[in-house]
Amino acid sequence: MITGRNIDVAFGRKTILRCVDVDVPFGKLVALCGPNGAGKSTLLSALVGDVPTARGDIRYNDTDLHRMDAADLSRRRAVLEQSPTLSAAFSVAEVVRLSVPIEYAPAETESLVTEVTAQLGLTRFIDTPVPKLSGGQRHRAHLARVLAQLTANRSLFGPGYLFLDEPTASLDIQHQIEVMKIARVLARGGSGVLVVLHDLNLAAAFADSICLMRDGAVVGSGTVAEVFTARMLSDVYATPISVEKTEGGPLIILPDYHSAA
Amino acid sequence: MAITDAPHRKFPAFNRQQSIFAGLVSAVFIIALAEIALGPVSLTLSQIVEAVSGKADPMPTAIVTQIRAPRLVLGLGIGLSLAICGAVLQGLLRNPLADPGLIGISGGASAAVVVVIVLGDLVIGEIPATLRPYLLPVAAFCGALLVTALILGLSRKDGEMSVGRLILVGVAVNSIAGAGIGFLTYISTDTQLRDLTFWSMGSLAKSGWPAVLVSVVIMGGSSLALLRFTRALDLFQLGERAAFHSGLDVMRIKFAACGICALAVGAGVSIAGPIGFIGLVAPHIARMLVGGAHRVLLPASALTGAVLLLGADLLVRNVAPPQELPIGLATSLIGGPFFLYLLLRTGKL
Repeated sequence: MITGRNIDVAFGRKTILRCVDVDVPFGKLVALCGPNGAGKSTLLSALVGDVPTARGDIRYNDTDLHRMDAADLSRRRAVLEQSPTLSAAFSVAEVVRLSVPIEYAPAETESLVTEVTAQLGLTRFIDTPVPKLSGGQRHRAHLARVLAQLTANRSLFGPGYLFLDEPTASLDIQHQIEVMKIARVLARGGSGVLVVLHDLNLAAAFADSICLMRDGAVVGSGTVAEVFTARMLSDVYATPISVEKTEGGPLIILPDYHSAA
Repeated sequence: MAITDAPHRKFPAFNRQQSIFAGLVSAVFIIALAEIALGPVSLTLSQIVEAVSGKADPMPTAIVTQIRAPRLVLGLGIGLSLAICGAVLQGLLRNPLADPGLIGISGGASAAVVVVIVLGDLVIGEIPATLRPYLLPVAAFCGALLVTALILGLSRKDGEMSVGRLILVGVAVNSIAGAGIGFLTYISTDTQLRDLTFWSMGSLAKSGWPAVLVSVVIMGGSSLALLRFTRALDLFQLGERAAFHSGLDVMRIKFAACGICALAVGAGVSIAGPIGFIGLVAPHIARMLVGGAHRVLLPASALTGAVLLLGADLLVRNVAPPQELPIGLATSLIGGPFFLYLLLRTGKL
């Protein structure tokens, strides 16, 4: 489990995160939600080792984050950035191979590439240069790379963690659901998954637990039903939001468009 | 796609790459032979073979072993290493315009060499000829390293390398180095002036074996060391943050690769002066031929660089023999228009 306690992050004099506690257990999908500027991406960056913490403690299965080097960290966690970039005209297969560790056998790498590209519906683009794909396809190609890194390291070093920063932002509804299903399957398979999500309905449908943030602090954490109440959401997003329960299905979250206007 | 399809798809690509490499190696071989054979005195193949095996007259033997062979070896070393450094810097900085000359590394190395030639003679007297081959590469390396550190420090904007700042830092460094070189040229003696003028435009002419061997060993070693960075350079194409997520110690790789580039460029500049544009043009041509994967891009760039530099040298030596134009003129004549084409095509500045 990843445990973060009393995390403060500051850029210069500006404090971005204040006293944040967060857990990412193995086998669970945690959704990180909150309005723009709440500090979701900064918290994700702190948890994966991109930005230093001013205070607090982040541990990966009891190992201090700051005691691990880049190679150690890459074996334990895979990260999909909000806007992944690529400066070379690599094909989808070449991009997916990039993050597979060198310890992984070449033959297995090839079948892993085939498997993850198929999982993300990219089989017919496998030899296409990534810059020639559409925005959504490019995003899925990078997601395939991250999944390959997680899967290869899992078979070499045991289960790890997956961090996805708004993975569904540039995808159509079908692929949004596909990606969230993959994230849930990985969690069910033993990985710890943390997803930054703006779409509260996706979070309600797929997350095991929610971490709701506002102004650099966690204002609610727990199961979907505990955190996603009409009162809490309306307060955090400063707009009227209603929550409807469905028979055996996920909560439906609906902004009240008329009063918001 | 079935897994079994993969090998079938790969064979043609592999063969194409093989034939491109075979073509590049043959081109290097043919131009190298022409470098030995052509010049004010043209030699036949049998004369060259006799000269190398020591059976020829003293004159052709001297031409081959003392004049043209060291020049060829130096040209090969500089062409290979400048092109590899260009490819590495372009990959590392994710910038198609990175070139040791353009971003100021060669300028820094040149200024340091001029300081040693002019002030060294003034302050400590004539530098002993035995020390000279070693002193100049050291000075050039220090100058190149200083500029590389400046570039790495000043071109960052919001945590990422900025294309505009990189080129502007290069312009500033080049103009400072140019002013320094100009001042030192002004106070230099007549003998130094003649040397400096010719050297500052780049030339493979003043190359005896001792200096050539020192430089070529440094350039060859650096180029081999840079070949170890191919996977890291591929990962850099994802951006520095994603490269770190994939397990790369980004800062260590960046400093190590840039330090080795400074060493290679410094070694070349110290003996042949700043030769521009090979580091810019060769990787681009290689990328068009074999694609962007650095495992093939670096060797292909190296061979292309060798072809371009030896070709340019062949040109300047044979345009109006026995007169010889500076090689920098030929490489700039090819590189300048290519650079403008790149600027227009990428439209990044």
